[in-house]
Order: sequence, then structure tokens, then C-alpha cells
Amino acid sequence: MPGKTMFDKIWDAHVVSEEPGKPSVIYVDLHLVHEVTSNQAFDGLRLAKRGVRRPDLTMATADHDIPTTDRSKPIEDPIAVQQLEHLANDTKEFNIQFADMHSPLNGIVHVVGPEQGNTQPGKVIVCGDSHTATHGAFGAFALGIGTSEVEHVLATQTLRQNKHKTMQVDVNGPLPFGVTPKDLILAIIGQIGIAGGTGYVIEYTGQAIREMSMEGRMTVCNMSIEGGARAGMVAPDETTFEYMRGRANVPQGDAFDEAVEKWKLLPSDDDAVYDAVVTIDAASLEPHLTWGTNPGQVTSITGSVPDPSSFADPADRESAERALDYMALEANTPMTEIPIDRVFIGSCTNSRIEDLRAAAEVAKGRKVSSHVGAMVVPGSYAIKQQAEAEGLDKIFLDAGFEWRNAGCSMCLAMNPDHLEPGERSASTSNRNFEGRQGKGGRTHLVSPQMAAAAAIAGHFVDIRDWEG
Amino acid sequence: MNAFTKHSGVVMPLDRVNVDTDQIIPKQFLKRVERDGYEDFLFFDWRFNEDGTPNKDFVLNHPGYKDASVLVAGRNFGCGSSREHAPWALQQYGFKAIISPSYADIFYNNCFQNGLLPVTLDEVSVAHITAQAKEIPGYAVTVDLENCVVSDNEGFSVSFSLDEFKQYCMLNGLDDIGITLQDEDAITAFEARRG
Repeated sequence: MPGKTMFDKIWDAHVVSEEPGKPSVIYVDLHLVHEVTSNQAFDGLRLAKRGVRRPDLTMATADHDIPTTDRSKPIEDPIAVQQLEHLANDTKEFNIQFADMHSPLNGIVHVVGPEQGNTQPGKVIVCGDSHTATHGAFGAFALGIGTSEVEHVLATQTLRQNKHKTMQVDVNGPLPFGVTPKDLILAIIGQIGIAGGTGYVIEYTGQAIREMSMEGRMTVCNMSIEGGARAGMVAPDETTFEYMRGRANVPQGDAFDEAVEKWKLLPSDDDAVYDAVVTIDAASLEPHLTWGTNPGQVTSITGSVPDPSSFADPADRESAERALDYMALEANTPMTEIPIDRVFIGSCTNSRIEDLRAAAEVAKGRKVSSHVGAMVVPGSYAIKQQAEAEGLDKIFLDAGFEWRNAGCSMCLAMNPDHLEPGERSASTSNRNFEGRQGKGGRTHLVSPQMAAAAAIAGHFVDIRDWEG
Repeated sequence: MNAFTKHSGVVMPLDRVNVDTDQIIPKQFLKRVERDGYEDFLFFDWRFNEDGTPNKDFVLNHPGYKDASVLVAGRNFGCGSSREHAPWALQQYGFKAIISPSYADIFYNNCFQNGLLPVTLDEVSVAHITAQAKEIPGYAVTVDLENCVVSDNEGFSVSFSLDEFKQYCMLNGLDDIGITLQDEDAITAFEARRG
């Protein structure tokens, strides 16, 4: 019998009950909650006169709706106020920890979980948000769920799931100079397609992953859903343990070392068999960016906008035609010749301290192009504090970037931060769907380095040429 | 949840692949705290012009599909975010079933939580139904969940498959939470075991 994958081990340890022909009941160790997908779930509990089974395993934050400007002022959007108050009341009524926008524990839900040490190897983690895959970077099984399932988890602390298939994405060799985890995941999505991972949990393996920081691993796992996979994971190792040690909600002292010994048993066995295997040659990778209206419509910075007629599949061809029309791009335009209007550095994909440091290094001593509006939105209050302690805010402000408060911001533009119709952005976020950053807005997904460089140059540039 | 056994209705063709949930229901409507009232926001950015008038080029606004209750669409329907507002909007607009070669995972699950049936058919059958819906005014299909068959009055009939438990819950309109709470002893035992 072959060995177990990490996913198998975590799954097996969380089966509450299983019967042939039915989905298994899986225990949930951590339930993350935010304002947008939870209101109706709490209302459902009230309607059915049910309680929250484990408020101690549930944590809430406000991130999608909140403004990133001066927070001493009231929120102007009454619908957002209503939604935020709903969550404040729900968490109070059901005794759930809640970090509102004034709390020092506030931030994007997928940033604060790891930051505060709630995200740990071996856990099953859920959230009413598709980017919950982020937490898999710690060797957890973390997946996004809908509002009905949020209600199910609140009421039962379990989830009904059929076991997923496993896909290994093995990244051979180290990432070359100028190629970041964001470029890697964009390249992976380009290779497998936006539905390539549907039905699978992806485990990322190989030298490039092992050498990657936790921030980088979170970026990669975060966008697993953009390849169709419910979850992405990376086996925990010394990098994981060092990142976690001393964080508020991890075991402390000897208990931490004991936990590490258990976590070391999680990685997939050498003879584990995956249902699918994808191999990526890291050495061949270049910086990537999207040209179209889904994250699979991606190319390298040395490439050009593709000619729709080059797609063999008629549906792909039509999709490319629609995308070029929406994006107002001509086929065969070199990517480096595309001018931009706006830059957004932030989101649960790329708003962590390492991302901000990388962007600041590019921006240091330079000026944002006169026709570009650029903003930096840290992922959490704590990251903002740390960045300011390191002087990154000064670098950004001196260069002409706006330095904002934490939140989801212009990743999906539910708060006041958005593109105007026709504006083109270089964005470190995760989705370039039509209208995602504002109706009529045109989004190109890039790494923090490429976003900062684009802000300064006013168009996309090959970051590998930046300092040379 | 409403039970779904069999439904006959006019088919609206949305002949596009990778229709994402940001298109099904744009983000500005996710701030509402209600579970109903999303029908007017379905496909909002495709459906309405800048000035708020209906976009006549969008299929949803074609008079022939006014009463459509079955949506046929290209592969990977519902990709993107986990927002359950997407199936809510489709259902509240009046769709009872969707037909597509494939769906994104979270969207697919969310449909079953609400009694909206996502039927998975092969590409050829989907292309056939799409073509018929475009060509024949009032073209309708019958989706029979008990026998897992999609058919029309023109002699077309194709079977589909889905997870048996999902089929059972949908046929009986069962609430997942209620089913799981029948297992509450097992949950308590699991918690006790884990300490």
C-alpha cells in the first residue's frame, strides 16, 4: 500500500463520521469570518434557534468593506455600515472574537490568521472566502466555503465533504533572478488553466518551494483557487516553524517544540501517490503578468498580447477576443509597451511585509510617473506598524505612492477604492475579471516588484532590467 | 430548502466559457445583509448600460428569454469567489436549473445548498441545447432529477450523473445542518477524543 499524502494525513485525522455513499463529516479547527459572507449565516442560526458550537475556534475580522483612508471619520456608505454593524452584533451575541477596523488585531482575514498564529500545520481551516487556500502554506487543509456552509460550520464545527483528489505541482530548481512567487503561481495557472485544478487539492513541492519564505508560500497557495483548486498546501518545515515561533496564538516554550515534533510528521510520505502530477521547470520562468480577463490569460513580460486566432479551441479564441475588446488591447502589442493609469499594491495575495519591502526597494529614491496614481495598502494593522518602523512608508510617500490603512481595498473594490471606467491598473491582487476593481476597469495582475516598477515607468517593465 | 424533482422551462443560452461570479453578481451588491432580493442585480454589468437602461445585446434582455428558467452556459461556470449571492441571484431571478459542461467547485456546492440544480452534460449536448435555444423560439427542456435525464420535445434526451447523496438531498429538499446534527454524538465524541 502506498504511503499517505499530507492531505490524506490531515483528512484522516479530521473524519468525525463517514458512511458509504455520503460525504464525510470533517472537523474544523479554525473558522475565519468576515463581514461579507457571514450575515445571512448568523441570521440562519437565529431563525433555526441554533447556537455557535465553538466560538473559541472562530475568529472574525472586518476587511472587505472598510475604507483605507482616515478611520477617525465615519464610513460614508450606509450599506457598508449596516453590514459591519451586523457582524459586530453577531460576534457579540455569539461570543466570537472580532477585530473591527479600529482594533490593532485588524487586517485581511488571510493575513491576520497566520500573523496571530491561529493558522497552524495540520489544521482544517475554513472561511467564507475563496482565498482561504492561503493558509495551506503552513501545511493546513484550508478551503473556501459558501454562506450556507459557514452556517453549517458555525452550528456544528464540521463540514460535509467528499474527499478531494490530490495534485502535486513540483517546481524543480530555484526561481531565477527577478522571478517571484507571484510570477510562479501565474505561470502555473497559465499552464494548468483556470479550471485545471478543479476537484483537486494541490500540494506544491520542489526546490523553489522549499527555498521560499512563508510570505511567498502564502502567495502561491492563495491563488490555487485561480487554478480551480479548492485548496493549496506546502509541507511545513523549519521555515514554517521559525515564522510561527513566538506568535501570539501558537503554543509557547516547550509546548511549541512538542508541537513541532508532531508537525514534522505531516509531510507526504516518500511513496505517497498523487492523482495528478504537474512539473514546472523553475529555471525557464520569467516574470509574468496577465493580459486578459481571467488569471489564466497570462504571459511573460518579454511576451506580447496574443492574437486570438492563435488559440486552437474556438471557445478560448472567442474568450480572448472578448478579453482584448474589454481590455482595449491590440494583438501582438509587446507587454512592456502597455501604459498604465493606476497601481495597487496590496490584497491577501501580496500585502505582507516581504511584499512591501520588495516594492519599496524598487521605489526607493524614484518618483511615480506623473500620469499614474499609485497606492500601497498593507494587509494588516500589524504589517502597517512594522513597515512604518522600517521606514517603508517614507520610501513610498517620498516616491509619490499613497500609504493607506489595511484592508481588501481595490482587490475587489467593495470599499471606496476603485478604478474608474477605462482605467488600467497594475495590481498585485488575484483576479482580473471584468469590473473586478471597478466597473469598466482593466486589471493586469503582477508581482509587487513589477507593480512598483510600472508605477514609476508608467508602463510595464521587465524587473530584471530595472537595476542593471 | 426547496425540493427539486422535475422541471420544464425555457432555455436561455449564455454562450460563454468561464463565466465568473463577479459577472453573475458584482461586488457592490454583496454589502446587502439580506438573503433575498438579488434578482435585479443578476449579471448587472452585462445586463445594464452605464445609464441604467437594459443592454439590448445581452441575452437576458431578449424578449424571447423573458420567462427562461433553465440557463445553459459554457464550461467552468461560476469560477472565482465563494459568494453564495451568485446562486441566490440566479435562483431569485427565476432559474431552476443550469446546464454546463463543468462548474467551479465552490459555486457547484453552493447551488445544492439552495435547491438550484447544476446539471453537468458533455460538451456536445451543451452545444446542441445552446444551438436549439438560439434557433427555436420558446425552446424548452425538461430536467428530471429522479431519473437524471434532460430531454426536449424534439426527441433529444441525454442522461447525466451526479453524486447520489446530493441527488437525495435535492430530491427531498433536505437541510444539511439538520442531517449533520443527527451525528452530534459523533462530533462530541471526536472533540472528547482530541481533548
